[in-house]
Amino acid sequence: MKKNIVIFIIVAVALCIFPFVASTYLVDVVFFFGIYTLLGLSLNIILGEVGLFDLGHAAFYAVGAYTTAILNTRLGIPIFVLLPISGIAAAAFAWLVCSPIIHLRGDYLCIVTIGMGEIVRIALLNDPGGLTGGPNGVFGIERPILGGPLVIESSIAFYFLIWIIVGLSIFALVRLQNSRIGRAWNCIREDEVAAEATGIDVRSLKLLCFILGAGLAGIAGNVYASKMMCVSPESFTFMDSCMYFCIVLLGGSGSIPGTIIGAGAISLFPEIFRSLAKYRMLFFGVAMVAMMYFRPGGLWPRKRGGLGSK
Amino acid sequence: MSLKKDNKIREPSQKYKQKKDVILETQKLTKKFGGLIAVNNFDLKVKQGEISTLIGPNGAGKTTVFNVVTGIYPADGGKVIFKGENLNGYKPHEIAAKGIARTFQNIRLFSKMTCLENVMSGQHCRCSAGIWSSIFKTSKQREEERKIREIAESRLKQVGLWEYRDMLAKNIPYGSQRMLEIARALATNPDLLIFDEPSSGLNEEESDNLMKFLRTLLKEGLPILLIEHDMNVVMGISDWITVMDEGKKIAEGPPKDIYNNPLVIEAYLGKEEE
Repeated sequence: MKKNIVIFIIVAVALCIFPFVASTYLVDVVFFFGIYTLLGLSLNIILGEVGLFDLGHAAFYAVGAYTTAILNTRLGIPIFVLLPISGIAAAAFAWLVCSPIIHLRGDYLCIVTIGMGEIVRIALLNDPGGLTGGPNGVFGIERPILGGPLVIESSIAFYFLIWIIVGLSIFALVRLQNSRIGRAWNCIREDEVAAEATGIDVRSLKLLCFILGAGLAGIAGNVYASKMMCVSPESFTFMDSCMYFCIVLLGGSGSIPGTIIGAGAISLFPEIFRSLAKYRMLFFGVAMVAMMYFRPGGLWPRKRGGLGSK
Repeated sequence: MSLKKDNKIREPSQKYKQKKDVILETQKLTKKFGGLIAVNNFDLKVKQGEISTLIGPNGAGKTTVFNVVTGIYPADGGKVIFKGENLNGYKPHEIAAKGIARTFQNIRLFSKMTCLENVMSGQHCRCSAGIWSSIFKTSKQREEERKIREIAESRLKQVGLWEYRDMLAKNIPYGSQRMLEIARALATNPDLLIFDEPSSGLNEEESDNLMKFLRTLLKEGLPILLIEHDMNVVMGISDWITVMDEGKKIAEGPPKDIYNNPLVIEAYLGKEEE
């Protein structure tokens, strides 16, 4: 436990110094690392903690991003006000969509979430009510304004914004992992019938994990929308959902440090090996196969134990 | 967000502590699977302070009765009355919260969690901390966590698995896994324990120890309903035996009556040819 805290402090200090010594390009790369981390963490609640196969996670991300985009460009609501609203919108969407399907198991749930992700993407493409701008998407999204002249505009400012959000999320998620709720989630993952018979309300807790995961993805969508200043459906494809899935599996499902490492691998490697961009998918494939073979639990699986008092 | 409204930690109720009070009763319980009537107008009584056993040949419907009582299957007819309340229509987790704890025929543990965490999960339905209180670690949540751990630790010690507390449940020996499942059931502060063949897969010594342990539970005031195959075990421990065959009750009574009951012998060994 002590060791983890030391590692955490070193990483935090390194993250603070990094943007002042690195180029803008690298700062942007690490910003997207932050976005992927947040998305990975949000999916980790659903896939890692509760073991529900959600292959439509990009839909929640899209709902958050489009909520920000539409409300900001149409009504001029400031980005920071929309930060929680995007989270709540994505969470509400998850609640609405997942309530009727939450009892499905394993692969059945997986297929329905794929469908959900595709429906959201196609709906955005079809420009319902002239709101989403079809394939062009929505542009002209403002920068977040903290008040007065304090505008988050530079790469460094965005970098800090996302990593502060990631830091707060990690803090909250670690506490949740070690609480009654986190343990109950893990119980459901291990054996649903036994969990139910032990007095755990499986249905509500599954729904809760979807709501929380979607909310976090919605927040990531908000930051993404204001960073890019535009959103379009092509950022929320099935391949993106697969990518988030890879992040969690690569790092170790149910493991927070693992998810961060997974997000790092998925977001940094394509940048490092830019010249090999054509072979990106090949690399992913090989990496996944190799990992399943050599480290089926992920790169940094969660260690349990150390709970007993004596 | 709090999932449960009433945050009172429930103590085992005193009302049904009187010996010989009927704590669980099924009345004309029926369960069908398609055309097959698995349980047919089945009546069962479990009294406070007694070990009741349900026996019967393979496929008699014993486990189905358990699954209907604990809400895993809905009943197709009849009633399950627990502490004077009809349990029909309640979900398994609600029934667990009402005070029926169970184990499974084929052990079902949370295998990639530690033994202590397995037992701690039993307290879930007695606590109420939600997301926000867990994230902000309110004093109430910390107090609750302390209590969860205290109860889990004492139950783990009670079944003699304290040394395994930090090991993953899948890594401990088979006999210990059975005991761990019992500890988890006990950690829900139940009013009635339902064990589905607890001695299956255990050797003679382990099974003897288990039966002694069940007796000590009775002293705690916990009535027990058992499904058991091993006749020696059944006759040695039961206060009351109900015999089931093809979904129906064919006999009930204290062990020595059952032992000599021709109907029971027929169900188990078949009818003698003329």
